[in-house]
Amino acid sequence: MFFRTILTAGAIGLLSTASHAGCGIDSGSVRIGGNDFPAYQAVAEAASQCAGGGVTVSVDLNKDHKDRQVASLTANPAEFTSSLANNSALRVLMNDGLVQPLNNLVAKHASGLQDMQFVTVDGKVMAIAYMANAQHLFYRSDILNAAGVAPPKTYEEVLAAAKAIKDKGLMEYPIAGTYGGWNLGLEFINMYLGHGGEFFESGSAEPAVNNAKGLATLNMMKSLTEYMNPDFLTYDSNAVQADWEAGKVALTNLWGSRAGPVTDGEGSTSEIESNTKFSSAPTVAGGSIPATTLWWDGFTIATNISDEDAEATFKAMMNGITTEMAVANAEKANWLIKGAQANPAGVGVLASASGGALPYPMLPYFGAMHTAIGAEIIEFLQGNESAEQALEDVEAAYIAAATEKGFL
Amino acid sequence: MPHYTFLKFIWPSALAMLVFIALPIMSTSVQSLFIEHEKILETVENCTPFGCKEITKVDLEATEAQKAENPLGKFNGFGTYTNRNHLAFSELKQAWRESNGLNEFLAEVFNLPFYKALSFTLSYTFIVTPFVIIIGFFIALAVNRLPSFLKGPTIFVCLLPMIITPLIGSLVLFWMIDAEGIIGSFLQSIFNDPNLSLKASPTLTWIMLFVYGIWHHTPFAFIVFYAGLQTVPRDTLESAMIDGANRWGQTRHVIIPHLMPLAVFISLIQIMDNFRVFEPIIGFNAQASATSLSWLIYNDFRSGDGDMLFGSAAATSMLTIIGVSILMTPVIVRTWRANRPSQGVS
Repeated sequence: MFFRTILTAGAIGLLSTASHAGCGIDSGSVRIGGNDFPAYQAVAEAASQCAGGGVTVSVDLNKDHKDRQVASLTANPAEFTSSLANNSALRVLMNDGLVQPLNNLVAKHASGLQDMQFVTVDGKVMAIAYMANAQHLFYRSDILNAAGVAPPKTYEEVLAAAKAIKDKGLMEYPIAGTYGGWNLGLEFINMYLGHGGEFFESGSAEPAVNNAKGLATLNMMKSLTEYMNPDFLTYDSNAVQADWEAGKVALTNLWGSRAGPVTDGEGSTSEIESNTKFSSAPTVAGGSIPATTLWWDGFTIATNISDEDAEATFKAMMNGITTEMAVANAEKANWLIKGAQANPAGVGVLASASGGALPYPMLPYFGAMHTAIGAEIIEFLQGNESAEQALEDVEAAYIAAATEKGFL
Repeated sequence: MPHYTFLKFIWPSALAMLVFIALPIMSTSVQSLFIEHEKILETVENCTPFGCKEITKVDLEATEAQKAENPLGKFNGFGTYTNRNHLAFSELKQAWRESNGLNEFLAEVFNLPFYKALSFTLSYTFIVTPFVIIIGFFIALAVNRLPSFLKGPTIFVCLLPMIITPLIGSLVLFWMIDAEGIIGSFLQSIFNDPNLSLKASPTLTWIMLFVYGIWHHTPFAFIVFYAGLQTVPRDTLESAMIDGANRWGQTRHVIIPHLMPLAVFISLIQIMDNFRVFEPIIGFNAQASATSLSWLIYNDFRSGDGDMLFGSAAATSMLTIIGVSILMTPVIVRTWRANRPSQGVS
């Protein structure tokens, strides 16, 4: 992947020597790093059009970018001049001061951005967002019709629908969820926010998940797993997508970025695809906001690079997130870019956002909480311990990790 | 050998061992005694595409100043070793005081991440190692009896499990034991239970990992024993035959004693290998039911978006080294006794 993108970028660079003037960069080195999926590829591809003349652009997208981002930006000069990031990644990069404020660059070179694209912390622009993502409800309209239930709006209705589908013998395991590894922690976070829960004592890093809302969250998750394939603790997004495309699942809360792939005419039958519908993530326990978290994706500029490279990178990235790019790649993401058309597969993300879903928390100690949740609620879901014990374990595991990170 | 010659002969290896083994271990042990500085937090406004709100953030300048003063972090002594995510002394004490009966106490202990991982790691080591030695031995005996034109291809086939990269091997098996896979659906049909899933039950997951471990490691024992079998003295075997020993008698009284040093060697290597079991847990996506000490280290590095717990990982590494040393001590002491030059010969 790495070498191919380098080659592609180089080839484009050779072809476009005449057009590099369009980006308005004279010299500098642009090195883009990020996670590897179609939307990021489209942005990086558009940014690499700026190569040529005195400007070099290299692109290195990798599925495991989150594991190397800190190390590669700590180096001086940084391995990447721009790291493509989301809520969680920006938090980690900012904890170590690895990305620089963009206010000056924004003032000089940013035009045509919408106000909501600026991710600011304490008045400093730390990232420019270009797309939104969230987990939301995917449902099979034909199966729900056959079971005689309406598309669910709440998790209680999801359970009722699953029961109806199972009772009618339409499907053995009507629900699927990303309940494996890191995703499991996120499922709890989604559901707990849907219950209106707070993760910490206000104004401190002391954990506060061991409460009635936490218990209700766990019990709801457990009820959902009763309608899932018994292997649910090994399911990641790829496994859920595979089961969905095989027609084995009727209801799931899955990433918006998977909505395109399950309706792209590949890997499934047209009957399944045409009946795959999207809507807002369900609410839970009478709550008013969808039980999901909103994610933005954007670009950052590394701290440890020369001013010249920072400027070149900013201009190249601005070229990567133009309206033309968003229009040409409309189906790949929910672009936040001005002039981008609504994506037909993106209704679920938009509905969740307009329903008031909360963004994934940006607190510096939230990573430790996420990890502790993912590791400690497993035994409850396996039926080997009580919900109270699981929440107690979450808090204890969090305290140990947060102490080591210097937050407590 | 004169000391000088010996030194000349050994120094490259000694240097390599110092650089690649001793220094990393020392660095890890120092790391394990430190935790990160207390983070100085400040509250600021954060605006995203989804609106603005007050958040807490790390005050970088203040934190950097601390770091510059003491780059290793805050000295924590053995605090990381004894916290809940490692040896958990205070949790153990509390569980001992509050639990009624041994079962409840053990349940509390195996609820702690380190002991949970240790219990799987030890079970894996002690179940896989003997099976590997015994099965490897019998395969070696069987192959040794084959007509010579069959030996080459058979040895090659027997070595295949060891040649396959552990991660790939376990991923292949992972899909085969899936409810839709060939092994999974076969088991469902013979037990006539459509809900049977090897991945869902912790017990079955453990058994599956043991079977995988045996499958993967047996070729190593086999090839070592097979090489050893080529050196069994013919005349001893023949005299055993003349004395009326049947095939089992020859194996029991000639072959096994002859191969015993090899068995010790294999168990040493296997204990080391199995104690750091890791790849199959990842390949089988089995961390919900089975974790090992190596997996804990991996988890400290990989969970979260690059929030690495270096101190915690270093402490678990040191505990792993201690664990391996304890397990190997009996075998090493035994070897040392057997090879000690007898008194009076100098």
